[in-house]
Amino acid sequence: MTSTLDAATVTMAGALNTALADALAADQGVVVFGEDVGTLGGVFRVTDGLAARFGQDRVFDTPLAEAGIVGTAIGMAMNGLRPVVEMQFDAFAYPAFEQVTSHLAKLRNRTRGAVSLPIVVRIPYGGGIGGVEHHCDSSEAYYAHTPGLRVVTPASPADAYRLLRQSIDCPDPVIFLEPKRRYWSKETAQLEAGGPALDQAAVVKRGTDVTLISYGGTVATTLEAAAAAAEEGWDAEVIDLRSLSPVDDRTLTESVRRTGRAVVIHEAAGFCGYGAEIAARLSERCFHSLQAPVLRVTGFDIPYPAPALEGHHLPSTDRILDALARLQWDDEPDERWLDSGGAHA
Amino acid sequence: MTAVAAHPVSSSPPAGTGLLPSGEPWQLIDPAGQPVTEAGPLPPDPTLTELYRRMVIGRRFDAQATALTKQGRLAVYPSSHGQDACQVGGVLALREQDWLFPTYRDSVAIVTRGVDPVEVLSLLRGEWHCGYDPHQHRVAPQCTPLATNTLHAVGLAHAARLKDEDTVALVLLGDGATSEGDTHEALNFAAVWKAPVVFLLQNNGYAISVPLAKQTAAPSLAHKGIGYGIPGELIDGNDAAAVYTTVQAAVERAAGGQGPTLIEALTYRIEAHTNADDATRYRNSDEVAAWLARDPLTRLEAYLRSAGQLDDDGAGRLRAEAEQFAAVLRERMNADVPADPAELFAHVYAEPTAPLREQRDSLLAELRDAGEQR
Repeated sequence: MTSTLDAATVTMAGALNTALADALAADQGVVVFGEDVGTLGGVFRVTDGLAARFGQDRVFDTPLAEAGIVGTAIGMAMNGLRPVVEMQFDAFAYPAFEQVTSHLAKLRNRTRGAVSLPIVVRIPYGGGIGGVEHHCDSSEAYYAHTPGLRVVTPASPADAYRLLRQSIDCPDPVIFLEPKRRYWSKETAQLEAGGPALDQAAVVKRGTDVTLISYGGTVATTLEAAAAAAEEGWDAEVIDLRSLSPVDDRTLTESVRRTGRAVVIHEAAGFCGYGAEIAARLSERCFHSLQAPVLRVTGFDIPYPAPALEGHHLPSTDRILDALARLQWDDEPDERWLDSGGAHA
Repeated sequence: MTAVAAHPVSSSPPAGTGLLPSGEPWQLIDPAGQPVTEAGPLPPDPTLTELYRRMVIGRRFDAQATALTKQGRLAVYPSSHGQDACQVGGVLALREQDWLFPTYRDSVAIVTRGVDPVEVLSLLRGEWHCGYDPHQHRVAPQCTPLATNTLHAVGLAHAARLKDEDTVALVLLGDGATSEGDTHEALNFAAVWKAPVVFLLQNNGYAISVPLAKQTAAPSLAHKGIGYGIPGELIDGNDAAAVYTTVQAAVERAAGGQGPTLIEALTYRIEAHTNADDATRYRNSDEVAAWLARDPLTRLEAYLRSAGQLDDDGAGRLRAEAEQFAAVLRERMNADVPADPAELFAHVYAEPTAPLREQRDSLLAELRDAGEQR
């Protein structure tokens, strides 16, 4: 289905707004609610104009209580609605964690499929906007570690539209993570709801030497790194995972078996981060094709830093290129680990 | 001094003290079985007889389930012995189209709603986490993380309003659950939305071992309603007539667009928290004996007999019906339940994902190999 927008320049926030409007128009069961999503149109304006267009019964403000938002969404879905709720920021979603992990993720399984919860929980996530504490967390691993949830994150406006429409239509609960530093990134695109399955990764740049794997806010950084790598003679393939759970093993393994090398890039802390899962899966499934260990370029294992220091924390093009250089092109041990690998802290 | 701008105020200020509960728990039949005439009219005799019948069956079910734990047929059973009037009175006040949101201690309420008792016990049998289809009888799964079900009830009720459907949600909670944040959020959301939901709070005095005095400093739990703009009702939870009448009035209020009600029913859990608990560590036998003397079945039976609605023959027939109910349950619970390992992966998502299909096939292959080796 094609949206009402032209194939013109559109931001990710605008594409998400159009996706919500089109979903509200297409299905009377869709309701959109959360903190400040009504009159204000959301702190990032993703729900701008929707309350005026669809009325207060379809798009409405709630009391300031995230467990309340997700908990009542569960009851609404049990009564046949398709709630799309907004958590205002990543770290403000934590009060809803019990409702998400104990009920949203498990009610279908608990009831042997009798209760379906087609709910989308939209969460602006990640840093890079100079935000103060509690506004910049990358919380994807918490959700991806919870069976029963789908975890989806777009990296471009066109994907944002398509993935949100598909998430709203999906019978499973979806944690929809919006990389807030890409809200205002622009793209000239035709917004369409069809296309590949919700859980299919995209090869966004073809290459032969190495597979760079990323998602959400760091896909753009990774593409910049791939362009820079080309100047140094490496032809990098770039995969945007789009769906963190379930993960598209097929696209990943097909690529890495071909290139023999892989780097996973995300801004969340590396320890027990999402990249650890990808590295482990690739080691299990592609061992005989790998020419080098799978490396990770991630945020440090620190609480998200204050704005003055966040530039040091976020994966950069240079850091990705540095990882690329350490992919055993000359079959030498990685000096980085020789000293620290066995040392006690 | 500069003038302070007025805050925008709610368009419908609450009625103030009209939201406060009565000082003493309201009752229609006193513990001796005498009607409290000044309290108001009793439900009609057929209703009282049905309340009694369902309590007799419910009590027998409860005893049978406790016996099944001793035989190893149930992993655990949280008894509601003593809370029978709340279990039965609350549910019988519901209409066909209404929803019930129970907790793990509310098995009798679910049986009273008409759910197959074997399906009710699936959870405690360890067969699956919920054995019945919630949509069939409009009964949510028994909720284990306390208070979290209050929000589901509010959401379901609000959705009914949005869809212009005449449905009320009754949520069961206890004294301990009132300390959880979700109860606060649910009461607040329900009030702001005027959601058609009834909170039936069974105050049985203890959250496992923690007594009410360590749970709250409020004059009563029903007093909490006024803070949300919700009427609070304090009732005798061992008086089935009072529970039935109060819940029915709250359901009517909710259905009429008047919003939620918070009902605190004072009652007592006669048994331990579960068969795995030792209640003698936190309460004395005098206290239990005092509550046994306020037994909800004895009370209603005394009233029905004095009103000429029940005689020895009738009581005998009811006992026989309850025994038959328990005998069928016992027989059916003796059957072993076939468990299908492939089902582990069947309901996590609407369709098993590729990684789950892989894991399912791997488990089935493992089981085949093990079978071949035997």
